Amino acid sequence: MKLTVNGETHEVDVEDDMPLLWVLRDELGITGTKYGCGIAQCGACTVHMDGIAVRSCQLAAGDVTGEITTIEGLGTPTALHAVQEAWIDLQVAQCGYCQAGQIMQAASFLDLNPDPTHAQIDAAMSGNLCRCGSYPRIRDAVKSASSKLKRA
Amino acid sequence: MGRVKTIARRSFLIGSAAIAGGVVFGTYLYKREGTNPLLADLRAGETAITPYVKIDAQGITLITPRADVGQGAWSMQAHLIVEELDIDPATATLSSGPASAIYYNGVVGVEAMPIAATSDTLLARTGRGAADVMGKLMGLHITGGSTTVPDLYDRLRMAGAVARETLIRAAMQQTGLPRDQLKTENGFVVLPDGLKIEYLDLAVLAADIEPIQDVTLREPSQWRYLTKPQKRTDVIAKSTGTQTYGIDMVMDGMVHATTRTNPALGGGLAGFDAEDARKMRGVQAVLQITGGIAVVADNTWRAFQAAQAVTCDWGPSPYIGNTSDQFAAVAASFSEDDQDSQFKDDGDVLAALEGAELVEAEYRIPYLAHAPLEPMSVVVKMTNARLDIWTGTQIPRFVQANMAKLTGMDADNIHVHVLMSGGSFGRRLEDDYIAQAVEIAMQLPDTPIKMVWQREEDFTHDFPRPLAIARAKGAVRDGAVDTFDLAIAAPSVAESSLARLGQPAIGPDVAIVAGAWDQPFDIPNYRVTGYRTPAMVPVSSWRSVGASGNGFMHESFMDEMCHAAGVDPLAERLRLCWHEPSRKVLEAVGEMSDWGSELGANRGRGLAFTLAFGVPVAEVIEVTNTEDGIRIDKVFVAAEVGRVLDPVNFEAQVQGGVIFGLGHAMNCELTYEDGVAQQDNFHVYEGMRLYQTPEITVRGLENGDKLRGIGEPGVPPAAPALANAIFAATGKRIRELPLSKSVDFV
Repeated sequence: MKLTVNGETHEVDVEDDMPLLWVLRDELGITGTKYGCGIAQCGACTVHMDGIAVRSCQLAAGDVTGEITTIEGLGTPTALHAVQEAWIDLQVAQCGYCQAGQIMQAASFLDLNPDPTHAQIDAAMSGNLCRCGSYPRIRDAVKSASSKLKRA
Repeated sequence: MGRVKTIARRSFLIGSAAIAGGVVFGTYLYKREGTNPLLADLRAGETAITPYVKIDAQGITLITPRADVGQGAWSMQAHLIVEELDIDPATATLSSGPASAIYYNGVVGVEAMPIAATSDTLLARTGRGAADVMGKLMGLHITGGSTTVPDLYDRLRMAGAVARETLIRAAMQQTGLPRDQLKTENGFVVLPDGLKIEYLDLAVLAADIEPIQDVTLREPSQWRYLTKPQKRTDVIAKSTGTQTYGIDMVMDGMVHATTRTNPALGGGLAGFDAEDARKMRGVQAVLQITGGIAVVADNTWRAFQAAQAVTCDWGPSPYIGNTSDQFAAVAASFSEDDQDSQFKDDGDVLAALEGAELVEAEYRIPYLAHAPLEPMSVVVKMTNARLDIWTGTQIPRFVQANMAKLTGMDADNIHVHVLMSGGSFGRRLEDDYIAQAVEIAMQLPDTPIKMVWQREEDFTHDFPRPLAIARAKGAVRDGAVDTFDLAIAAPSVAESSLARLGQPAIGPDVAIVAGAWDQPFDIPNYRVTGYRTPAMVPVSSWRSVGASGNGFMHESFMDEMCHAAGVDPLAERLRLCWHEPSRKVLEAVGEMSDWGSELGANRGRGLAFTLAFGVPVAEVIEVTNTEDGIRIDKVFVAAEVGRVLDPVNFEAQVQGGVIFGLGHAMNCELTYEDGVAQQDNFHVYEGMRLYQTPEITVRGLENGDKLRGIGEPGVPPAAPALANAIFAATGKRIRELPLSKSVDFV
């Protein structure tokens, strides 16, 4: 089957029910997207399909109907997305393992809701687990990214 | 070897005259450090001036031997070196270096000794010296106990200074100029005329110079990085998906594996049927390993699917299998036979309790899983000549030794490459997952193997924080806390985990009473007794170890005693506290939280204080009792670490510690049935999520005489501060964790 990831089209030979997560990680070698729980409880595997955040551990390869963007495609160290800039400015990451998923969730959320309230941020980001406890800075970084995006 | 053994043993027996008379290692002696392990692997053009600084024409590599499990250890170690080396940390490459005795931890052993951090007696100083000797002789290359900063603060700055002075010496040789005419600036030696020689261009010359040992460390007033807000060296990689964790290693020809071992812990494998699994797409092998099976495939998901398709005949767990029985065993260990320690026994507790009106309470805490978000994973490659291991681990030298035993290989041929860890909380002080991958490699030599555990395997094969029960008795007198008698029973972490590391655990286990026996209060009659429950399921260190639960026990009872005495919990602690830096912490948190001010209906404020890892931490939590349950509104934290080396990461670690403590106190327990952990993924082990996260205000104090680490100390006071706040808001005293068994949270 054909998958478009970060603007590049790949031909992959996998079962229809293989979760996108493992196509990305083990077939395409795109490892920024993380495995945490496999049951959509942690959000570490969050990617975008046509700009909308999805849990790639629950999205079967055969059900991919749009273009996939991973953390690597959102922005790069030399061309950061506004959400990544906010994450870096506020030094959100501790172990960092959940942060690709957090950032992808936040980017999609701010795209849909550029000026969220405190409660909307809490609701949108609560599906993403952080075991280190970086939540206060995640909250602040989403707010900061929201202002950045509005100015842009 | 005989000598190592003798000293290791004696170091646990602090009173030993041999140690008291012989060894005091208060000052770090660089020259006695031993052979630089980097010299063995240098390529042409590379120079390793110290075990921490390697230079070649391409760049500078800093060796940061303490594992980064999220606490920012790599970045902090790099900043300690560059503060003296005088380079921009963003220009350096960081490496964990090889597993080596030279990277020993000279502080971590202190936590195993009954030495109060507040004590400065000869015995205490001697014990600390012994820990350094033990760490050095045993080559304890280990990360843990919030020791990275206290252990390496001098050593790494010294390493940076030695490297800088040696490079200057090379510049002196090249230019003929005297020392006092040369300066350094951001990776260059600067000549009087303003010309600059790059460090990299001096590497070859410096290689032939005996490292300059006679160096003076910079005064704090000259620091460029330390005590100022630092930019963590990993922050860009971790925000762009470019950080390589153990689970992300990719090698040519690599295969993907997973394992399934008996979920009934220790039960072993009686037999298995892999016929269906072997036919599944991509499956290359189904192998037997100790206690279970391994599947090797061309994709992790295919390995997961096939592992589930193997029918296994599991044996029964040899341990007490059900949590109700496990608690019964803990309860039964409050006996003379099982008494483990009584490091604290002030006044005359028995006489004071006789005839007094008793305040009595019993507290319970559950087993807890570490569950770092990166599941246990490792890449291994084994050939005839060598074994290479890439993973996140806190114990590279123990891994080397244990895998040497497992394979029969010489430890020198086992190379442990420590990668960034996606969390640990103590889990990576164990090497069970590495041994499993090596067992696979022994059956599949010459093939790089990436082994990843399913999350369910990770939860059900953890070495949890032990459960515990505390029984407390107290009495008040003239409106004051007068008698405080706390007995704590728990299985021993030291006994369980040291055995797996091949080390003896001699004497009492301090962890059973840590965070309780050593609190800086002058209560007239004050006793803390530890009881050791005979071993059950294997247990291990969990962020803040013994103090993680003992803080709850001690500080919940302190709150109960203050209420019984009719005194303010902050005022009473201040009255009883003799340790000035601890008093300052209590005063600070009182001021930050506006302690004593009116909060309004259905609201409450709770205070807790724990001194752990030498760090006094006080936390005040404000809650509201809403119609939907308890809402945590605000947390105020004051912590004393001697000197805050990076205020940005300091705040992150304290906030993270508070959230870790609160999330588990609210929602988490690990329970067993027939030896099988019943919580196997995050839907039944939630921790804290963003919507429950309160505002957390942090203040670092610098009144102590020693530098301390902050990865763990924020955890212990969180649970009791919350329970005490719930009591203040509702009148309901909760003595068992998780709190969600007794109250709802919003």
